[in-house]
Amino acid sequence: MQLATFNLQLERSMKRNFLFILIIPLLTLGLAQTVRAQQPTPSDDEVNAIARQLYCPVCENTPLDVCPTQACAQWRDLIRKMLAEGKSAEEIRQYFVENYGERVLSEPPRTGLNWLVYILPPVAFLAGAYILYRAFRSWRALDKQLAVKEGSAAPPAEDEYVARLEDELLKRN
Amino acid sequence: MSENVNNAIRPPKHPVPLWAQILVWVGLLGLLAVLALALKRSQQGVVRVGDTVKDFTLTAFGDDQHPDGQQIRLSDLHGKVVVINFWASWCKPCEQEAPDLEAAWRSYQSGGEVVFLGVDYVDTEPEARSYIAKFDITYPNGPDLGTRISQAFNRQMGVPETYIVDRQGKLRYIQIGPFQSVAEIQAIINPLLVEK
Amino acid sequence: MIADFGFGVIVMTFLLALFSVGTAVYGALAKSYRGAESARRAMLLTFPLITISAFTLIYLLATSHYELKYVYSVTSNSMPMYLKITALWGGQAGSLLFWSWLMSAFASAVTLRKWERDREFLPWVIVVSSVTLAFFLALTIFFENPFARWWQTASGEVAAMFRPAGATLLTPSDGMGLNPLLRHPGMIIHPPMLYLGFVSFVIPYAFAIAALVTGRTDDRWIRLTRRWTLVAWLFLSLGLVLGARWAYDVLGWGGYWGWDPVEIAAFMPWLTGTAFLHSVMIQEKRGMLKQWNMLLIILTYDLVIFGTFLTRSGVLSSVHAFAQSAIGPLFFAFIGLTLISSVSLLVYRWNDLKAEVEMKSMLSREALFLLNNLLFMGVLIVCFWGVIFPLISELVTNQKVTVGPPFYERATAPLFGALMLLMGVAPLSAWGHSTFKTLGRAVWKPALVAALVGIGIFAAGIHNVVALIGFGLVALVILVTLYEFWRGGMARHRTTGENFFLALWRLAGRNRRRYGGYLIHISMVLMAIGILGMQVFQTETQGTIPQGGSLALAGYTVKFDSVAQFDSAGGRNVTRAVVSVYKGDQYLGDLHPRRDYFYESGQPMTLPGVRSTLADDLYVILVDWQPISAIGATFKVYHNPLVNWLWIGSLVFIFGTLAAAWPEKDVES
Repeated sequence: MQLATFNLQLERSMKRNFLFILIIPLLTLGLAQTVRAQQPTPSDDEVNAIARQLYCPVCENTPLDVCPTQACAQWRDLIRKMLAEGKSAEEIRQYFVENYGERVLSEPPRTGLNWLVYILPPVAFLAGAYILYRAFRSWRALDKQLAVKEGSAAPPAEDEYVARLEDELLKRN
Repeated sequence: MSENVNNAIRPPKHPVPLWAQILVWVGLLGLLAVLALALKRSQQGVVRVGDTVKDFTLTAFGDDQHPDGQQIRLSDLHGKVVVINFWASWCKPCEQEAPDLEAAWRSYQSGGEVVFLGVDYVDTEPEARSYIAKFDITYPNGPDLGTRISQAFNRQMGVPETYIVDRQGKLRYIQIGPFQSVAEIQAIINPLLVEK
Repeated sequence: MIADFGFGVIVMTFLLALFSVGTAVYGALAKSYRGAESARRAMLLTFPLITISAFTLIYLLATSHYELKYVYSVTSNSMPMYLKITALWGGQAGSLLFWSWLMSAFASAVTLRKWERDREFLPWVIVVSSVTLAFFLALTIFFENPFARWWQTASGEVAAMFRPAGATLLTPSDGMGLNPLLRHPGMIIHPPMLYLGFVSFVIPYAFAIAALVTGRTDDRWIRLTRRWTLVAWLFLSLGLVLGARWAYDVLGWGGYWGWDPVEIAAFMPWLTGTAFLHSVMIQEKRGMLKQWNMLLIILTYDLVIFGTFLTRSGVLSSVHAFAQSAIGPLFFAFIGLTLISSVSLLVYRWNDLKAEVEMKSMLSREALFLLNNLLFMGVLIVCFWGVIFPLISELVTNQKVTVGPPFYERATAPLFGALMLLMGVAPLSAWGHSTFKTLGRAVWKPALVAALVGIGIFAAGIHNVVALIGFGLVALVILVTLYEFWRGGMARHRTTGENFFLALWRLAGRNRRRYGGYLIHISMVLMAIGILGMQVFQTETQGTIPQGGSLALAGYTVKFDSVAQFDSAGGRNVTRAVVSVYKGDQYLGDLHPRRDYFYESGQPMTLPGVRSTLADDLYVILVDWQPISAIGATFKVYHNPLVNWLWIGSLVFIFGTLAAAWPEKDVES
């Protein structure tokens, strides 16, 4: 009889302990939720804003925000995690470059040889413009010579239609 | 057709100026050279059976023994058969062969003549670690930082791919896709073990 | 058996093409009429032969002969018949054969015309066309053979034309099937259009080379190929637009142009082709720029080959690129050969290309056309350098870099803006003589109205500088071009007494190139409206919402109504959501974004639900970052203002180009 009561008491205390053991994690979970609530999970838009500037290291020429592979999904999660930790866009970009190479950036970083990619097109364009300018100059000079020889330049056609008529007549000859 | 306003004065005839010719030819040949080299590189990117494998260093994931990650150099493993397996945590077929690879490793572990290396291709560390834990992989695994290691094997690397190197450092077998069984792996390694 | 037959015919065609080259060269050098005729006949014969071979391949595709490696790689049991047939150009080997087919067709068309007046051109035109044809056939025969079959050998499966020793024929029961992304109507016409454009540019090039070789450096070759150039330009433009449309419809990233190297590879010949279209007019009108025009057409042809090389050789990796192949070296040799020989020819004939008349005024139409060329070349250099630089960087530093949209957009925006300005000013300038005063007098009125448009837009709340300048320029071009229509129509109306519209119609009919060209200019700025809208004003948002929840963007509300999952024809599993769109409180309709998953390839495909109006598109896609269910589904919503003007513009330019190219009744060519 005593044993049974003792057992019952033991059972009750065990139950109590058990409940207690259950409550603690629940409480901590609840606490953790409030703690987490202070640092909200970054939204998809925030992740996309950064992912859009990065390129998938494996798939070719696919921005990270639209890349459909699972690898890219993991990287986006990584971005979300880093954003939640409070990392800035620049820090996240740096991390990706260190781990996966410079190819993840949407344009070459402005270092070393890469300056060439930015400088050459404007230089080439200006060179072309200069060549054109020089050509114009020499043509104008030539034309002045011609005009002097001729006496006068042809008068500009005032009436477009008449000019076109003339053109067509010329063509037919 | 075209007007001939004045025949008396014609523009002086110059051939193409020398500086322009030089510029054009240098540019042209330079472009062709770049294309040729790029082409050669893209073709060479696939290392072939019989080639000597280029040396690389794998920095394994850190653990209790080596917190910063053990540095493993391929050339240090000369004299042993090396199995280099490229995998990723996001790769489904990799999971298919993972238990077989681990089992094969364990069968050769005591002999000490075969080394298994896992190269984690373009992955994230937490997921990679879970993958390793999930399949209880005991041979060294490390990330392919900057994809430098995989580039030496296959410019269009897919996963899983396995490259088996003989004792002389020459590539002897390329497996694209997962192995189907432990027996298959052993059937490839055993003949290489016999060689010197 | 049938595959052997198809292959044999291709080999015959190749030999015939080589024969054609040989006899053409002989005919030209020995001035032998017989030789030239023989070459012409050989060229004509290639077309029916290739047609037979192409039809053989189509037959093998349609009847699912999976023992052929090509059929295996691009078709499967789950594909409908029309897709199996169009898979002819779905993969590398088949598309190369298709290229050859088109080349042969066009070369034959050219050789069928009357040659009495230009007998000396004929052999050289045949040489160039046949060499190009032979090259592509060689690629097919030696490297990418669509008729190769699967054989089981001791060391694995191998694909070859003829049976290797000790091998048995493999006949898989199903094929891999075409990449699901390619199973879309847009993707079906996009490659053929591009190839049509590429191949048609070979013809003006052939004539240019013929002119250089024979020394007939007047503008005869231009007149002969004027229509070819226009048609080539039309196809290439269409090919580019169709690619953009397909990307927009199917790729699911809410955009139409990603500055991918392969896109740029197709864009570059378009740039030089457009510059060429303009500057040949100067040569025809004023006899100038002969050297430059030669250079442009040589550049266009070589960019076509170069672009094809980039896409197919594996040098560039891209979502577009074909899988790595062994054709690289041969392509490279061909590029080298054509570049070096064309440039050498040009240098050789340089003096004979001198102009007969020189330029008078820096504001004349020819000067502005030259400026147009400079700007196009500027864009070309940006594109070319952006594509080549990663290759150079990788060779020198061993590091891969990406040259992406920010680079291209920043560099080309001002150039395109300047081109728009030119479109607005050049129609008002005159050939030969134009001063600041005459031009200014013509331009100030439309410029003023355009400026007012800009102010109006500013007042409406848009303060973005790019948009203001862009739309102002659009207004300028439209005003000036319409003014030109009005002015010409009025002039004719006054002189002939016809009703204005009839006068305009007749006038345009007699000056198709000019008025067609004006129409094309209008179409370009209509497209610019779409591009500006997207570039400057596109917004997006993404979020996971439960059933009944909604996302808000740009005044629209997208509400998630339901989602269903089911299997569908073509071997796919479809997840289809129904969302309703509201603007404020007004219900606008339902959209059905969906994700298809293809079983055999394991590939997903995202199809957006789009609500299109003239003002904007509301573009909704299902995203799979989280599992999709009624509990929660992730949607990405794009607001794409003015994007449909892009497609409207492209319809107008088709019409404009057809108008410009339509044969005129008078004897011209």
